[in-house]
Amino acid sequence: MRGWFLPMAVALGFIFLYAPIVSLVVFSFNESRLVTVWGGFSTRWYGELLRDRQILGSAWVSLQVAFWSANLAVIVGTLGAFVLTRFNRFTGRLLLTGMITAPLVMPEVITGLSLLLLFVSMELTLGWPAGRGLTTIVIAHTTFCAAFVAVIAQSRLRQMDESLEEAARDLGAGPVRVFFDITLPVITPALVAGWLLAFTLSLDDLVIASFVSGPGASTLPMVIFSKVRLGVSPDVNALATIIIGFVLIAVLIAGWLMRRALRRGFQ
Amino acid sequence: MSAGNALTRSVPWRGTAWAMGKLGLSGRTLVIAIPMLWLLVFFLAPFFVLGRISLAEAIIARPPFTPLFDRAPDGSLEIIASLENFRFLIEDALYRNAYLSSIRIALVATIFALLIGYPIAYYIARAPEPRRTILLLMVILPFWTSFLLRVYAWMGFLRSNGVINNTLISLGIIDAPLRMLQTDFAVYIGIVYTYLPFMILPLYANLTKLDGALLEASSDLGASPMVTFFTITLPLSLPGIVAGSMLVFIPAIGEYVIPALLGGPDTLMIGRVLWDEFFSSRDWPVASAVAIVMLFLVVAPIMWLQSIQNRRGMD
Amino acid sequence: MQPAIAADTKPWRSEGAEPFISVRGATKRFGDFTAVSDVDLDIYKGELFCLLGESGCGKSTLLRMLAGFESPTQGSIRIDGEDMAQVPPDRRPTNMMFQSYALFPHMTVEKNVAYGLLREGLKKSEAFARAGEMLRMVKLEKQAKRKPDQLSGGQRQRVALARSLVKRPKLLLLDEPLGALDKKLREETQFELIKIQETLGVTFIVVTHDQDEAMTLATRIGVMKDGIIEQIGEPREIYETPNSRFVADFIGTVNLFEGKVDAAAPDMMRLTTPDLGDVMVPPQPDLTRGQQVWGAVRPERFAITRERPEGAVNAWRGHVEEMGYIGHLSQYRVRLESGMLIRASQSNRLRDEDPISWDEQVWLSLAPRAIRVLTR
Repeated sequence: MRGWFLPMAVALGFIFLYAPIVSLVVFSFNESRLVTVWGGFSTRWYGELLRDRQILGSAWVSLQVAFWSANLAVIVGTLGAFVLTRFNRFTGRLLLTGMITAPLVMPEVITGLSLLLLFVSMELTLGWPAGRGLTTIVIAHTTFCAAFVAVIAQSRLRQMDESLEEAARDLGAGPVRVFFDITLPVITPALVAGWLLAFTLSLDDLVIASFVSGPGASTLPMVIFSKVRLGVSPDVNALATIIIGFVLIAVLIAGWLMRRALRRGFQ
Repeated sequence: MSAGNALTRSVPWRGTAWAMGKLGLSGRTLVIAIPMLWLLVFFLAPFFVLGRISLAEAIIARPPFTPLFDRAPDGSLEIIASLENFRFLIEDALYRNAYLSSIRIALVATIFALLIGYPIAYYIARAPEPRRTILLLMVILPFWTSFLLRVYAWMGFLRSNGVINNTLISLGIIDAPLRMLQTDFAVYIGIVYTYLPFMILPLYANLTKLDGALLEASSDLGASPMVTFFTITLPLSLPGIVAGSMLVFIPAIGEYVIPALLGGPDTLMIGRVLWDEFFSSRDWPVASAVAIVMLFLVVAPIMWLQSIQNRRGMD
Repeated sequence: MQPAIAADTKPWRSEGAEPFISVRGATKRFGDFTAVSDVDLDIYKGELFCLLGESGCGKSTLLRMLAGFESPTQGSIRIDGEDMAQVPPDRRPTNMMFQSYALFPHMTVEKNVAYGLLREGLKKSEAFARAGEMLRMVKLEKQAKRKPDQLSGGQRQRVALARSLVKRPKLLLLDEPLGALDKKLREETQFELIKIQETLGVTFIVVTHDQDEAMTLATRIGVMKDGIIEQIGEPREIYETPNSRFVADFIGTVNLFEGKVDAAAPDMMRLTTPDLGDVMVPPQPDLTRGQQVWGAVRPERFAITRERPEGAVNAWRGHVEEMGYIGHLSQYRVRLESGMLIRASQSNRLRDEDPISWDEQVWLSLAPRAIRVLTR
């Protein structure tokens, strides 16, 4: 792998990764309704997007769902990871190990369908959850996002020097104090990463949400999907451009914060 | 420091601790119980419901399936369960073909992802420091934007009057637009494009650990760069190849969105069949049966393979 | 006023002295593996006791049982008369200095040291004042506001020490306290540690694999192997009168030979050995004729001469195969006529003597009292 071959392959790879995104952004400023034929610069699709109540409403639903799912997933995932790394023996250990990682390999259609059937059966027998909507989507997203949080938290907890926790015990702190004073602050960066991942996964999910949502609660991916299924539409390009802009800004801020933290560390 | 203090001194905390002590429960039990109960109810229990409904019959009602227990005409309780749905799956070639074609499509896409991802991972792993971080970030960046919109981007690219066809026609390479959207080819592209970061990251992690001295030793002993690559680098990066391929293959096999948006009507994938059975035919019992078969034919082998891989990783 | 310290009073020598820590029949099993096996140990107030052994010998497990991180499978541990079985680590009158130091990375040096005091319920101002005092003692008052990752290895070690001492524990447990330091810093720190221990009068138990460290620091040493304490004694006892071949070989250099008890007179006993012929040793009443024993001799006990010394009871001819000049002493490897290789050393007292060197024929001689007879 020398000479021209490697750089060429890499360049083509990155063109493959970015060309569709660039064209998405470019054609969001297209005057023409035909998404792929250039008809002059315009921002009319952004205007239409902002007037589209359905998209704005579903975006708000998605953000709420992602926020609560990420919070719950961090709690469930962190506790699961903590239990599995710190408690050596308890009944059901093997079961918990399996259940916490299985959602990672479970096809979304199965997770979605089986949860929907559970919610329907629960409603029939227990009367809860009454109908489907925000609550059921949050529960479903929490379950599959918790698996990702657990993987991240588990690897951090394994790396962590266990004598830190022992030292705190030794200095007179009880088990609960040790968790809040030592364990939690040390693994916080990993939990922040886990939260962000859970938030993104929840925002991004179409399949599971489609199964478990009810009439009044469509998430943003559900609305986009029903639009693009009928063909390309320029206001979706505008929406994509806005999302890409948000992500880019977030990454730049994160990068800047990280560099500042690194520079401080060296002083 | 004060967070823990405030918590353990608060009234609800002390009250809970006191009540649990009375019930003979330790804090440890409570900590185990939270994730355990959540997953038992919302992860494990649904599969039992799924199994039960796969044995029911579709009816036009709410919910659209027959109950497990019913009053027989003579007033006694009878269990209604039949394997009819599974017999239907075996007899109808559609389902068999869908399972097989899912595996084929996921496999082909995984191989393409490996062929495209490997050079990129190799290049990044060998790049000097500032460039390495930037390139790595560029690989991850698309992942943080919406998955659905990335698939949508390819619709605009592959259409008959899309970017690729327009470019090729204006360059005079072709006369009439090529049909690319609604083909299996488009599905391959969609899968590779979506899951490429999952291939590159494990490969990169593996290749950065590769000791540069090994490559120097190999060329010192007279091996050409090509020979060194095939005898040293490639065998040592096998764990990365396996990990990356699993990360692409597993989500690809149950994929719904990509075949629905980029594939043609004849692109059969099992996730899509399940979706249509549920949303279009509203046949919940058959959809459940499809899911159960998928669990045993696809998910169980993958979990088994992964547990072997993990055990090997421990050694 | 200096507290009365165990190094001067040597309480373990007097019959009936009350031990401060008493371990009885302590055993720890992990599955099939027995890490600590039936250990009895008495440690007295103000001691600096070293547990010495190779890695995996169970010394750290024993230490962790004292701290409360492992509970014994069998046996009991009493500290200051109190049974520790039901006492969790956070309620024990002990503190521990960890091998990795275990400094909390998200807290400043000052907060690390004050942490234990705050858990005692001390007011913030008081806790930080005492932490500051402690940091002055280890000469780190200037680094109080830093985070652990901004300190050097030696500074981190001192923070860990300060943090574990600030609560004035009755017993301080130190797990390889000097292990992570380089050689020069380690030697300096050894003496600092002794000074601190003597000033505060706290009882120390130190786990180490470094015999020099144990010899320098300890009032007494417990040598451990495979979960068992082989021998407990003052450094001098361990070196001069080891009770087994393992201890003799583990501490310092030793020449070992096997033999059988042949005949005993009131003032002398004779061993017959395959390698050294008849060897005269001091009489030992508990040995019987024909019993299998081993002799252990330190290199510096041999006299190396060109002529056979007058009146020597034990003397052998040999040939110098190798010689190393260290400065203050010279080390020899001498091949005896029987084929046995002896390690001997001689201190270089005079500058202008004619030293014995390579390839010379020499005599090695040994006073009977220089030989330690071992039965295991």
